[in-house]
Amino acid sequence: MAKITMTVNGRQVSGQCDDRTLLVHFIRENLGLTGTHVGCDTSQCGACVVHMDGRSIKSCSTLAAQAAGADITTIEGLAANGELHPVQAAFKANHGLQCGFCTPGMVMTAVDMIRRHGGQLDEATVRAELEGNICRCTGYHNIVKSILAAAAEMGGARVAAE
Amino acid sequence: MGVEGIGARVARKEDKRFLTGKGRYTDDMSVPGMKYAIFVRSPYAHAKIRSIDATAAKAMPGVIGVLDGKQLLADGIGNLICGWMIHSKDGSPMKMGAWRPLAHETVRYVGDAVAIVVADSVAEAKDAAEAVVVDYEELPVVTDATKALEQGQPQLHPEAPNNLIFDWQIGDPAATDKAIAAAAHVTEITIHNNRLSPNPMEPRATLGIYDGGDDHYTCYTTSQNPHVARLVMSAFYNVAPENKLRVIAPDVGGGFGSKIYIYPEEIVCLWASKRTGVPVKWTSDRTEAFLTDAHGRDHLSKVKMAFDANNRIIGLKVDTVANLGAYMSLFSSAVPTYLYATLLSGQYDIPAIHANVRTVYTNTAPVDAYRGAGRPEATYLLERTMETAARELGVSPAELRRVNFIRSFPHQTPVIMNYDAGDYDASLDAAMKAADWNGFAARKAEAARRGMKRGIGMSCYIEACGIAPSAAVGSLGAGVGLWESAEVRVNAVGTIEVLTGSHSHGQGHETTFAQLVADRFGVPIDSVNIVHGDTDKVQMGMGTYGSRSGAVGMSAVVKALDKVEAKAKKIAAHLMEADESDIVIENGELKVAGTDKSVPWFQMALSAYTAHNLPPGMEPGLKEGAFYDPANFTFPAGCYICEVEVDPETGVTKIIQFVAADDFGNIINPMIVEGQVHGGLAQGIGQALLEGVHYDPGNGQLLTASYMDYAMPRADDLPSFTVSTSNTPCPSNPLGIKGCGEAGAIGSPPALINAITDAIGNNRLTMPATPQKVWAAAHAAN
Repeated sequence: MAKITMTVNGRQVSGQCDDRTLLVHFIRENLGLTGTHVGCDTSQCGACVVHMDGRSIKSCSTLAAQAAGADITTIEGLAANGELHPVQAAFKANHGLQCGFCTPGMVMTAVDMIRRHGGQLDEATVRAELEGNICRCTGYHNIVKSILAAAAEMGGARVAAE
Repeated sequence: MGVEGIGARVARKEDKRFLTGKGRYTDDMSVPGMKYAIFVRSPYAHAKIRSIDATAAKAMPGVIGVLDGKQLLADGIGNLICGWMIHSKDGSPMKMGAWRPLAHETVRYVGDAVAIVVADSVAEAKDAAEAVVVDYEELPVVTDATKALEQGQPQLHPEAPNNLIFDWQIGDPAATDKAIAAAAHVTEITIHNNRLSPNPMEPRATLGIYDGGDDHYTCYTTSQNPHVARLVMSAFYNVAPENKLRVIAPDVGGGFGSKIYIYPEEIVCLWASKRTGVPVKWTSDRTEAFLTDAHGRDHLSKVKMAFDANNRIIGLKVDTVANLGAYMSLFSSAVPTYLYATLLSGQYDIPAIHANVRTVYTNTAPVDAYRGAGRPEATYLLERTMETAARELGVSPAELRRVNFIRSFPHQTPVIMNYDAGDYDASLDAAMKAADWNGFAARKAEAARRGMKRGIGMSCYIEACGIAPSAAVGSLGAGVGLWESAEVRVNAVGTIEVLTGSHSHGQGHETTFAQLVADRFGVPIDSVNIVHGDTDKVQMGMGTYGSRSGAVGMSAVVKALDKVEAKAKKIAAHLMEADESDIVIENGELKVAGTDKSVPWFQMALSAYTAHNLPPGMEPGLKEGAFYDPANFTFPAGCYICEVEVDPETGVTKIIQFVAADDFGNIINPMIVEGQVHGGLAQGIGQALLEGVHYDPGNGQLLTASYMDYAMPRADDLPSFTVSTSNTPCPSNPLGIKGCGEAGAIGSPPALINAITDAIGNNRLTMPATPQKVWAAAHAAN
């Protein structure tokens, strides 16, 4: 058993878990944050994507112990003050989700994608970068549209702020 | 229509919880004392169980109990059933072999469950499951349906000699043979429809809770139809009587058919909860999902289509072998019969059709309905045959279709269906225009200059949704009625709850069903809540599959709204001392037409509950229920066009454009309808280009049991789609709705294969059209 301390959604948390416990299970079982999902066993589907120290990772292929001391953001920590994050808002406005199961991973991946590209995204890049996230409902059409809309808005917002 | 009424592009009410991680799926559920289950599964595709020894496993850390099939049998838990009786053409009933929730004598596919381990944690349960010693005697294996019918093959069930479940037919064999004999041209083709794994992103899960105090069971489960689950578990599996069993299907992460059925795990976890005295939760991993979720398709058909000298179809003969896997799943018998062969007339006026279908046991996972369920198989067969015929006859694919379109309605086909409305020219015209069909030759020439092979293909599909009049399906063998129920409760403050037997697992019912209410009463959709998925809240329902929630589920809501409206008008008329026939409901108010007198909706509702001033003899309250039994199937139809470029060096196919022109009748929310089409197209394109379940024919091992081996469509495999709709309202339901959930998956595979075969100039190509197959076909003689 290991005792692990990390920051999750801005709050310091500690928990006991088996050495073999995956970060996704620590988040879901120990912390009760069930927004992060498990959709496969081979780190292919991306339903488990969270941010570790600001970068998207698959929490199904990270040990909880590896995240000791890290700053983790899950889907529950993305909206601030009850306002949807621009990526969440874009998914809603563009019908970028249906059953909702892959959605937390898609949104967390998209936030990181937009950050890395500074809002400068095109459809081909978005599709290529979604390689690690599988959706069975939407055919990706509206997910791509949502991410491009959010990137445009966030890029635009950045320009306006500068 | 109003900003939130019928036809409005309203953003979904349910999205906020999914986008903020507040969705509540079955695996998210946790109750005090809950323990975790792992199933011990057969590693062999066919074997006798000599013995099961759980002694070591029971002594492992954290283990609460290990239970096997003999204990399950001793406790009187019944066999799993197939709920649709089919008779062979000789009159004999289908030959259903026993399917035990936990096998205790014979295992028949890799993944067949033999025991359940309950432990403090998933990890401890997995460790203990490894320690359960099952002594198997391996038996020979057959995975291919055609081969399984041959003499001398392994026999799966003693009830079904030669593994034949039924040998069924529909249509007129003599008239069809006569048409073929008299034909100016006969197109012959063999069609393989590849086996698929549905793969909703949420794996199946269940939480069984036995409460000894009340002798009561609660089952959380990933179900598309919790009421049917309760009915079947009570009536056939002997788990508990209906009044002692609550089934809850909370947020469900996609279904596509695979979550219609009642699987062994739900039954066994409920039983194990009573046996062990703790709540028992099981969550499938993805490999288990590939092994045990019901698969789809897996047909092999021989087709003869006969034409007269004017290129009119005069007969169609089909001989199909359908692989149903190791056991008959809940609706497995209906899929390759009444959901398939009844659609073989397509959009065409065909005077004579005969289809023969043999269904077969093999040592593979059970096969049942997957998005489209029979109609994709019929459509792929017909539209590949039409394309082939057009090439053989030297006419354009559009012209051959137009020559044969049905243009007068109602139209009775030779295979049961009575088409009520449609305009097939409209969707063909719309698709050809959107795809710039006439500009294709220039685009092909341009691609050729780059060394690429460009092709274009179309598919004109029809399907049947809204299943269906209960008496009709009952006469065809269905074990259930296929109506839907609804209840509309107006609260004392005027807010509204709609209880429905339909179940939403991605379709957006919480929004679209609320739009119906907003449209009727002019109240905001935020004041309307949709309640579904809980047998303690909703009395009865038949669930969501076959694109039936709009045509059937919403029609039940409309009937209940009619009753609420009538009573509300009576109350308002009484309050305003007016005639009820003069009351109109607009913008949340009940008004006396032609006057300035009005009562706000909430005030009328409050009056219904204070009951201080109601019309003489009227009961207090405002709550109405309705059951709706459809008068007919509905018939969505459309035309899909796909344009591809094949790289002759690598065999890689790139989709340049995909156009969908559908007729779904009236539409409640176009945004949601488009989303349904996108998703269906992706699954159809996945079938045509990428996906395929493969078993090792020698030992029955599943070779495609993870996302490393089974090619799910990813974002960069697909284009953005061009979708549009036309509208011939459905005459048989009050909303004029046809249904849109499956069309994309039904119509798209033949369009894609027709495009690829057009590009490479070789018609011999099977799904999935992998680069290897396409390269080989492109370099082979036709």
